[in-house]
Amino acid sequence: MLPFIFEWQWNVDHIIFFGFLYLALGIVGLGITVAAVKTVFQLMGFMRERHFH
Amino acid sequence: MDSALIPKGVTRCSPGRFFLWTLPWLGLLAWGLVSAFLCLYKGLNQTNMTNYFAFALWIVFDLGVIALGAGAFFTGFLTYIIGKKELKDIINSAVIIGFICYSGAVAMLGIDIGQPLRGWFIFWHANVHSMLTEVSFCITTYLGVLLIEYIPIILENRKIEEIRELRLFGNNLHEIMAVFAATGTFLSFFHQGSLGGMYGVMYARPFAARGGFYIWPWTFFLFILSAIAAGPSFTILCTKLAEKITRKRLVPDKAFQTLAKISGSLLAVYIVLKIIDTIAWAYGIVPKAGLTFMDFYKEGPYGVWLVVAEIGIFGILPAIILLIPKARQTEGWLIAGCLMNCTGIVLNRFVFVVVTLAIPVMPFDKFVSYLPTWQEWGISLAVIGYGFLLYSLSYRYLPVFPKEKELNAA
Repeated sequence: MLPFIFEWQWNVDHIIFFGFLYLALGIVGLGITVAAVKTVFQLMGFMRERHFH
Repeated sequence: MDSALIPKGVTRCSPGRFFLWTLPWLGLLAWGLVSAFLCLYKGLNQTNMTNYFAFALWIVFDLGVIALGAGAFFTGFLTYIIGKKELKDIINSAVIIGFICYSGAVAMLGIDIGQPLRGWFIFWHANVHSMLTEVSFCITTYLGVLLIEYIPIILENRKIEEIRELRLFGNNLHEIMAVFAATGTFLSFFHQGSLGGMYGVMYARPFAARGGFYIWPWTFFLFILSAIAAGPSFTILCTKLAEKITRKRLVPDKAFQTLAKISGSLLAVYIVLKIIDTIAWAYGIVPKAGLTFMDFYKEGPYGVWLVVAEIGIFGILPAIILLIPKARQTEGWLIAGCLMNCTGIVLNRFVFVVVTLAIPVMPFDKFVSYLPTWQEWGISLAVIGYGFLLYSLSYRYLPVFPKEKELNAA
């Protein structure tokens, strides 16, 4: 699953399969982080609050 | 008693009446929990699955609900990526339905694998050449995406919204929802496809095997297309059911019409390709396997009527109904068209899961029938109970339908 695990192989199959998985997980993680950081900034008064309805 | 939690400007039934409404669904859930306990404690001998039927009722339900839950990603794609603004009135409902379908499917798979404590093996010791591994990765990741899409709706609850931190976090998640919608579309595209691809590459089973493009058999593309054709119809059906039960208008007709038109158009394309695929299979793969088309439909209850039902009655007919503007503008026909569309897709998944395994492939094999046990039914029906419960709770306490107040004024 991870490049430092013994079952990992440096071939195109592993790189494509896990590359897309980590890309998707990375985007989702980054999205949540951005939302969390913005929330903190808004709470501290560095950013303006917006409404989405 | 719970009026402080109910969204502003809308009416809900009394807590007592709501409790009575939840009783049958709690009953189904209890039946499922007893069945799950027995399967986990005593093992899969509680089911009628055998070496012939390693995939059975649970996988039919899984594939069915995953296809029907495709309304979430596809409506999200249409709303946030394509920019169909009218669908904002129904997107919350689609997300909740999708979340119910996927979380229910994953819970059912947790029982189906027999050893849930070893469930993580599929992620850690991944076989990168397995379609099923890809399905597992995509379904679990997409369930996470659906949860992220569901959280802002939960955070809009009247009481939760009073907590500034949570309200801001919900708003910020909402602001970048297009990113999550795009990720969800990518993940759904591949797992819907790989579920079909898994059957298409079964070269030892000519009933399911298909030709294809590069590494993807035609079933890969047909499963994606059928899911995005049926998903929006299921969203319409569930929302219409909510309207009937609550005796209120919840979504403007324009949103229903847009979804129904898209669903009908995609179903029409799917059915044309499915007919071509069936003909190519009957004249290509079947004779190469030394068989004839009718060899697959001569034993047990699975006759040629299945093809007529799947492609004709529950394929061509709903496509026609949903494509004719006058028909889909009539509520009865709209509901009938959506119901037939969803039935057709579930029938398709049943054929691929059960009929594929029932048909003998070796000279010494015999036709084996399968009937689920009450434990298998219990776990499958628990998903329906859970779905009704979660949707009812969401409707009662969350602003699921932004136009509800406006549509029910006076």
